[in-house]
Amino acid sequence: MDWPALKLSLELAAWTVLILLPVGIAAGRVLAYRQFGGKAWVEALLALPLVLPPTVLGYYLLVVMGGASPVGQFYESLTGRPLVFNFEGLLVASVIFNLPFAIQPVQRGFEAIAPEVRDAAACCGLSFWRTLWRIELPLAWPGLLSAMVLTFAHTLGEFGVVLMVGGSIPGETKTIAIAIYDRVQAFDNAGAGVMSAALLLISLLAIGAAYYTSARLRPRRHG
Amino acid sequence: MMVMTEGIRIRLRQAGPIPLDATLDCAPGEVLALVGPSGSGKTTILRAIAGLLQVAGGEIACNGECWFDAARRLFVPARQRRVGYVFQNYALFPHLSALHNVMEAMLELPPAEREAKARDWLARVRLTGLEERLPAALSGGQQQRVAVARALAREPKVLLLDEPFSAVDRATRQRLYRELAELRRELAMPVILVTHDLDEALMLADRLCVLHQGRSLQAGEPYAVMTRPDSVEVAQLVGLRNVFRAGVIGHDLEQGITRIEWRGHRLEARLQTAHAPGEQVNWVIPQGHVVLHRRDRPSRGERENPLRGPVVECLVLGEQVALTVAINGSQRPPLFLSVPTHVARRNDITTGVEIGVSLLAEGIHLMPRDETRTPPRPRGQGAAAGKLATL
Repeated sequence: MDWPALKLSLELAAWTVLILLPVGIAAGRVLAYRQFGGKAWVEALLALPLVLPPTVLGYYLLVVMGGASPVGQFYESLTGRPLVFNFEGLLVASVIFNLPFAIQPVQRGFEAIAPEVRDAAACCGLSFWRTLWRIELPLAWPGLLSAMVLTFAHTLGEFGVVLMVGGSIPGETKTIAIAIYDRVQAFDNAGAGVMSAALLLISLLAIGAAYYTSARLRPRRHG
Repeated sequence: MMVMTEGIRIRLRQAGPIPLDATLDCAPGEVLALVGPSGSGKTTILRAIAGLLQVAGGEIACNGECWFDAARRLFVPARQRRVGYVFQNYALFPHLSALHNVMEAMLELPPAEREAKARDWLARVRLTGLEERLPAALSGGQQQRVAVARALAREPKVLLLDEPFSAVDRATRQRLYRELAELRRELAMPVILVTHDLDEALMLADRLCVLHQGRSLQAGEPYAVMTRPDSVEVAQLVGLRNVFRAGVIGHDLEQGITRIEWRGHRLEARLQTAHAPGEQVNWVIPQGHVVLHRRDRPSRGERENPLRGPVVECLVLGEQVALTVAINGSQRPPLFLSVPTHVARRNDITTGVEIGVSLLAEGIHLMPRDETRTPPRPRGQGAAAGKLATL
């Protein structure tokens, strides 16, 4: 078992969830309640990582974030390190390729709230933040939970984008998915088997817990 | 700008997407019913009053405070208007208990006072003991009461009720009518009730406003609107079926009657000098003002406006029988009346039988001639033939 790779994967997944949670709430809410020109194109763009081959996405991220690009140069001038082939670059890539997993379930969660319930909140005099905290988030909770679990599990299992943007630097960018591939390449089937089983178990536990909680929490009870 | 310090005054105008041309007002403590068919703009108007929808033109002012003025681009959002809104399906917060639903409407009170006051409101709508229940664990009638308590807990400047009785069964509805009638005696704010049920409006409202395609057509005391409509359009919207055409013969000021000529008959109507002799008018008579003559003691014509004709349709509707009578030929719009089933049975009334009726002068109401609307024609004759025989 490649413990540093497992630790790195869990850290990457946790950071991705942490960053994408507020992004998912904000973007999901806007997409659920606002109408604006070009909305369909924005939704299509956000869903693109679902259908694009990970290597294609990885290639474009490499181009945009690489040392020759303005983004890469700016980051390097700021921190003294390149953006690609390190953990930060991996995190940026992970956040981008998980956008649909973080936004779509939250959007569906907000859309499932009856419009009259939000109208009732306005007539009760609730402020924007009070409505969000007290009414919308508890009711959209199953969507939020799905988004977090899907993002977490998907990050653990991602391979193509991670390899393209991060390479396979042990302790820095070598995730467990890449470690499994390396083991197989080295004919260490036993090692690959243990790590695959670990990944399977963690993913199953995460998704199982989400289904279980979402079934128990619907509707979530207060007072 | 409108000047009105008490109550609410609403004027809404827009060409689309939902056309509106409505003027309404409602005094404190008054219940105004907005009635009209589906799509007449009732709910749209209510949402505009609440601030949930912004229309293109008009003004809304409540107790002298301007909530909306299109000319000045002033729009106070819903959360600042202090309206109590009971939604058609109540729109309770499904994840909060009855108590917390009510408490959410009282955020301006210090937290310590909120719970006690919310319990008080729930007690006033007879929900003591159910405070901790989630909406899904309450019956339709109980949910409606939570919604009313939540709306009133806001201490609103206007109370808006959007078909609040449509989602409950008949027995519950009757009980809720009584409760609302009791509660409204204590309410000091204007109450606007949206309904498509005229009986509900008659029972609960002080005034009624008839809406059609976003236009307010007539407002007034419910019985007056329903018996003395301003136009053929209103007459049809309030369900009056006896709408005919006639010419005005003249007025008798001493006797207090206006005479009209209808299909060769000279009819006496309540004095209505607004229509000049010689004028072509439409006239209407509510079914309650058409009186059946007893067949065993035929009328000798001394009663008001006696007419005779064959029954072309006889439809039993529970306790009442709806009769359609042809006057001067079956090709012309018939006269409709309703009699208790036992009366129809005692008089052996069935399809084809000739009966006599009187049109009470007090009930004959004249309106300007409307060429665009035709009175209802008789339905397929014989369709309900012999219905009474099944009694």
